[in-house]
Amino acid sequence: MILSLTLLLLCQLAGEIVARAFALPVPGPVVGMALLLAVLALRDRRPGGLPAPLTDGTLERTAKGLLAHLSLLFVPAGAGVIGRLDVLAAHGVALAVALVVSTALALVATVYTFSTVARWTGR
Amino acid sequence: MTGEFALWVFLSRTPLLWLTVTLTAYVIADRISAATGRHPLANPVLHAIWMVGLVLVLTRTPYSVYFEGAQFVHFLLGPATVALAIPLYEHRKTVTRVLVPMLAALAVGSTVALVAGIGTAKLLGVPDPILIALAPKSVTASVAMGITSALGGDPTLTAVLVILTGILGAIMVTPLLDRLGIRDYRARGFAAGLAAHGIGTARAFQVSEVAGTFAGIAMGLNAFLTAVLVPLALALVR
Repeated sequence: MILSLTLLLLCQLAGEIVARAFALPVPGPVVGMALLLAVLALRDRRPGGLPAPLTDGTLERTAKGLLAHLSLLFVPAGAGVIGRLDVLAAHGVALAVALVVSTALALVATVYTFSTVARWTGR
Repeated sequence: MTGEFALWVFLSRTPLLWLTVTLTAYVIADRISAATGRHPLANPVLHAIWMVGLVLVLTRTPYSVYFEGAQFVHFLLGPATVALAIPLYEHRKTVTRVLVPMLAALAVGSTVALVAGIGTAKLLGVPDPILIALAPKSVTASVAMGITSALGGDPTLTAVLVILTGILGAIMVTPLLDRLGIRDYRARGFAAGLAAHGIGTARAFQVSEVAGTFAGIAMGLNAFLTAVLVPLALALVR
């Protein structure tokens, strides 16, 4: 598990360096995710000689353990929002309406576009 | 009395107390969510944050003191984002098969999230500086705050709007798409991640691993596209 966590951190660190060095508009961890994908593809091409935790499913279990409680990780930032609801003061109602309307429309537009194009392309 | 006070001064200043409060609030919220069969309104993020918020208000604890303990949890957002590569890799055949539908849904969804957000707010008389902070609300907080700062808006307001959007999206996605009769969990997950970033992705993982995988992809792609689209959209409404 420690080895798996180390690999996740290494990918994040490399991702942060790449994102900053090239001033990319995506966050470092997203670049890190792409790097880990590349690592996984390389691993399965040449599985020999790697430490066991990277090939016996430990890495997968560690990653899924983190993702199973993804909600937890938003609690510290979310608790900060409670103390800053005052920034909504002057336009609270208008902003609430805008959030509800645009989020609902975005969900519907995305899901319909996805399923319609998937049907057209026979997928 | 002074002894109790000294204990409180000690506890309130160590990371231990606030880390424990964060985890306890989440465990309670997650239990409620599980007991209701993952009902959308029992969203664990929503209920954990008001519980923590209540403790902070009652104990008059400044957020900065709380965050010194909670930062260890917050930090894990980075490795968790990297970890999205695991389900993505395992479902890579499912994902590459629908590359075209994903890109189409990304272009349409990202534009709708942005235009409907600033369009509705503009109609309701929200002034331009606040529209800047609202525009990137569907994107993960760090990117959204970066977009707002670059355009001269208030990143704190953006952070609040991003979290609220995430919670709203995570609550709305299941009942809304059930009502529309959409059963494709690839499309449903993708919509959740696009409209409601990480909090929508967390919701999608509660429902199915395929939905979560597609939500993670949508979150990453939308961060990139929104960064490009926001300046364009704001130039149009101004």
